[in-house]
Amino acid sequence: MLFFGMPIEVLALFFPLFGALITGFFGRKLGDRASQLITCGFMLALSVVAVMQFKNVALDGNNSSYVLATWIQSGDLRANWSVMWDTLTAIMVGVVAIVSTCVHIYSVGYMSHDKCQPRFMCYLSLFTFFMLMLVTGDNLIQMFFGWEGVGLASYLLINFWFEKESANNASIKAFLVNRVGDFGFALGIFGCFMLFGSVEFSAIFDQAKNFVGKDIHFLGMTLSALDTVCLLLFVGAMGKSAQLLLHTWLPDAMEGPTPVSALIHAATMVTAGVFMTARLSPLFEYAPVALMAITILGALTSIVAATIGLTQFDIKRVIAYSTMSQLGYMFFAAGVSAYSASIFHLMTHAFFKALLFLGAGSVIHALSGEQDMRKMGGIWKVIPTTYVLMWIGSLALAGIGIPGIYGFAGFYSKDAILEATYAAHSGVGEFAYWMGIAAAFMTAFYSWRLIMMTFHGTHQGDHHVLDHAHESPPVMLIPLFVLATGALAAGLVFFDYFTEKEAMERFWREALLVLESHPAMENMHHVPEWVKLAPLGAAISGIVLAVLFYGPWKGVPAAIARAFGPVYTLVYNKYFFDEIYNFIFVKGAKVLGRFLFQFGDNKVIDGLGPDGISALSKTAAAQVSKLQTGYIYHYAFAVVIGLVAFLIWMGRS
Amino acid sequence: MEQLLQLPLLTILNFLPLVGVAMLMMLPGHGAGTDNTAKHVAFWTSIATFIVSMFILLHFDGSFAGLQFVEQKDWMQLGGVRVLYKKGIDGLSVWFVVASAFLMPLCFLAAWDSVKERVREFLIALLVLETMMIGMFTALDFILFYVFFEGVLLPMFLIVGVWGGSGRVHAAYKFFIYTLLGSVLMLVAVMAMCIHMHTTDMTAMFNAHFPKEWQTWLWFAFFASFAVKTPMWPVHTWLPYAHVEAPTTGSVILAGILLKMGGYGFIRVSMQMLPAASHEFTNLMFILSGMAIVYTSLVALVQGDLKKLIAYSSVAHMGYVTMGAFTGTVQGMEGSVMVMLSHTIVSSALFLCVGVLYDRLHTREIARYGGVVNNMPHFALFAMLFTMASIGFPATSGFVGELLAMQGAFLVNTWMAAVAGLGVILGAAYMLWLYRRVFFGPLVKPDVAEMKDLTWKEYAVFIPLAVLTLWMGIQPGAFKDITAPALRAIVVSYQQRAPVTSQALPVEEPAPLPTKKPAKQGEH
Repeated sequence: MLFFGMPIEVLALFFPLFGALITGFFGRKLGDRASQLITCGFMLALSVVAVMQFKNVALDGNNSSYVLATWIQSGDLRANWSVMWDTLTAIMVGVVAIVSTCVHIYSVGYMSHDKCQPRFMCYLSLFTFFMLMLVTGDNLIQMFFGWEGVGLASYLLINFWFEKESANNASIKAFLVNRVGDFGFALGIFGCFMLFGSVEFSAIFDQAKNFVGKDIHFLGMTLSALDTVCLLLFVGAMGKSAQLLLHTWLPDAMEGPTPVSALIHAATMVTAGVFMTARLSPLFEYAPVALMAITILGALTSIVAATIGLTQFDIKRVIAYSTMSQLGYMFFAAGVSAYSASIFHLMTHAFFKALLFLGAGSVIHALSGEQDMRKMGGIWKVIPTTYVLMWIGSLALAGIGIPGIYGFAGFYSKDAILEATYAAHSGVGEFAYWMGIAAAFMTAFYSWRLIMMTFHGTHQGDHHVLDHAHESPPVMLIPLFVLATGALAAGLVFFDYFTEKEAMERFWREALLVLESHPAMENMHHVPEWVKLAPLGAAISGIVLAVLFYGPWKGVPAAIARAFGPVYTLVYNKYFFDEIYNFIFVKGAKVLGRFLFQFGDNKVIDGLGPDGISALSKTAAAQVSKLQTGYIYHYAFAVVIGLVAFLIWMGRS
Repeated sequence: MEQLLQLPLLTILNFLPLVGVAMLMMLPGHGAGTDNTAKHVAFWTSIATFIVSMFILLHFDGSFAGLQFVEQKDWMQLGGVRVLYKKGIDGLSVWFVVASAFLMPLCFLAAWDSVKERVREFLIALLVLETMMIGMFTALDFILFYVFFEGVLLPMFLIVGVWGGSGRVHAAYKFFIYTLLGSVLMLVAVMAMCIHMHTTDMTAMFNAHFPKEWQTWLWFAFFASFAVKTPMWPVHTWLPYAHVEAPTTGSVILAGILLKMGGYGFIRVSMQMLPAASHEFTNLMFILSGMAIVYTSLVALVQGDLKKLIAYSSVAHMGYVTMGAFTGTVQGMEGSVMVMLSHTIVSSALFLCVGVLYDRLHTREIARYGGVVNNMPHFALFAMLFTMASIGFPATSGFVGELLAMQGAFLVNTWMAAVAGLGVILGAAYMLWLYRRVFFGPLVKPDVAEMKDLTWKEYAVFIPLAVLTLWMGIQPGAFKDITAPALRAIVVSYQQRAPVTSQALPVEEPAPLPTKKPAKQGEH
């Protein structure tokens, strides 16, 4: 059946755009309630289609692809507006649609006191549209469109409360750090076109293996062609998925309203980089150096973020660092060619992390906007439903389960990642495994630190706040139940599809490529028993320790912080990345800009150019004597003349 | 309709604005009533010109690479040189002609309430300017080309010098000094080429093989003129001054059309007529383009004046134009032209946005604003769209050109592509910071709080620009396709005479250029 010439599974991708346009242009006239109904209605319709398509494509194997229109055509370079449905797309669309619908509905309650609700709903829907475009494109440039689009939506939503200066700064920071990543992504696209003569996935994948061992001249160096292109593309993934070095924007992004953190900065947008490695697996598989770099960086991200998470006091920032750490897991899984485990964790993580964020939002909502865990405590009796939901989310995050019987979602996906990483039997794989075990311990520890500080003990904040504390309304709780269902069941239900060899082949078909020489996923079932049990052991010990430290042994954390003074300061200040970047890039650019403006433009160029000529013609003799007496810009003028002469000489190739 | 095509349409288009000038001169009386009539006369003249340009556009054959609507008359014999009156357009020039005619009515609308002194003279200057611009882009005779190319300066000089701000004389003077040297050298070069070829016909020179040692000197003579007009680093400093002092309309024309004359000249003259020298100095052009992109972006970052900031961003964008053109690749050349087209719309729109702010608060100082989104939400939405287009956000007009220009650069020089990529980061930095300082934050300044949202005239100006920005971003083919055959022919001819050596392409030579695969449509 066609609608406007499109089958429903294509048209449905535009539902969020319709919702965004209607509420964006007419929101003020329609009012809050109508805007919410319209956007949520479109999202529910999208979710229904997404679930149907998951069955149709992923389970029944009916891949399809559509070209909507030509977008860019220049010489041999062609990029279409397109929709490609394969298993990977179906998983991503399913996750995005369900989590986004939950967040839309939750926002109706969470934002009920805000004065700009239509605008909020509009941005959420707009984000969803860009995310869908990102995951459904059949070429790199449409992916880039979605990529930048979610960045724009993220910028608008972080800055939703635009009167707050901290929100202004955080939004610009997010956009710019992502632009640094996009710079790499764009160069990667150019490299792909240079090598393959196309930016379309099918053409790139067909030719990738022909370029093994070929070199490329890049920035004066001779490098392996595929490794270079893949690393450039991965820089894009680093920015979007907050990997180490390009991660500084993610914690600051918590300035946005909490539903935004759940949707964009936990469940969907930040996983775009992981999606990219999986989507481009037929390319990355032939780039061993790039894969190695991804493994190392992913492992370092997981451990660095986990250590920072141990020390933070803002409830949302703790979860944000947890997100960054979990993204590290997904990347090092991709790095050892365990793309399937990586996407499995992406999916389960989307449910339980969105649950945790929205649960935290529920806490913040209950405590009239308080986010500092030091001012919480003892509220589990006041908001018992939220409390239980937070337990479910934390158990899923920590990866708790009974082997062979039942586990929370993270139990299956995290174990799959760690086992596959160990089974890669490579140096970097082993490194990533141990980093992952250590991070698993810390994950459990900070999760229960959060639970203990927030819900248990005596209330540390203002008692008026506690008196007003109340459980969230059903419109906020129902989406949480949906997500909690995912956190409880997603691992168990989908375990086979993502890890068991034959089910995997039927499920994924051509969506992923793993070379025979990268057998991590196959070998993961044959690792020693201790490798399988170590993550669980680490998690349980983390939980026990946290409960003790923040329950009966109250003085211990502070004592440890004192004992490791300098280390604690380093970690508490997030390894000073912000300060260093601020000094080098932000201050540096401004100082350089001011210098170029005041000295370069005003003194040298103008001094030597128009102003100089006019002065010269007026009092030529006086000017000549000044030249000799040494005004600095005259010398600089001479230098520029020399420079231009030199450039001309150089330019004669 | 068919008979209309027999008319000398380009000549009519070219001189139609002068009919309006004549009417304005004959208007009797003085005072507000006459001024109002004069505004109507000027506006409707520009609308009529725009309609003629649209008629030409609709009958332009986009699948044909050569010149169209050609008019040729022998004019005189000077020495041994045959001087012609020759006009025509191809895929390279067609959009600039249309853009000139399109922007002019918007300028009259924008100036309607803001220009209050010597109204009639102002309108005359603008209409003369329109004739000069259209004449420049349609000229195929070198003498005409030269006359219009330099003639553009005169009305512009007056617009800045008479209706400008307090520093207008200094700015106009600076503008003049810069262009003077370039135009003298260019005149010498034009004469040398015409005498060598015994004709002033530019089409004859497209395929001429000027001696190698000549090409270098001719190339530099034109470079001196085009580099100032573009403007390229380091001869860009006249532009911020001219913009700051010019009235809004002057800035719109300056950024929208005049800056494109340099890029057009580089492609039309340097690439098409002097390919060997252009190839030889590719690295020079790359270095200067890279400097323009990074240097002026950094300078834009520290500007406290709305117009200066956008002026510097224009210099950076022109860096993509020169970079793309001199890659000598299909993508680079198409990207270069697309950046120019996009910049025509987006920079005009941004200067009009500045005009909206200036008309209300009478200051260009960024720090005087803040929180404008609160009381001018519709204006903020337009400004956000144009900001995004300026930083090359996909699906806006700015993206396609920059992407293609950088792709072209990557094929011949990865350093150039990487430097241009830095400019994309810096561009986002200064534009978002500008937007934040003007629009976001609390609305605390009482005079800012009194600013009213857009008037209907301002909507009438912004809506067409916004539609074009998105249209060009989502369906760039609608604009690019009719330029493609001509640009491809230019590239092929350039590559044959000055083979592009790809520094980064050890695997395969770039795929043959003229092939065009049938576009896939629909389900497959």
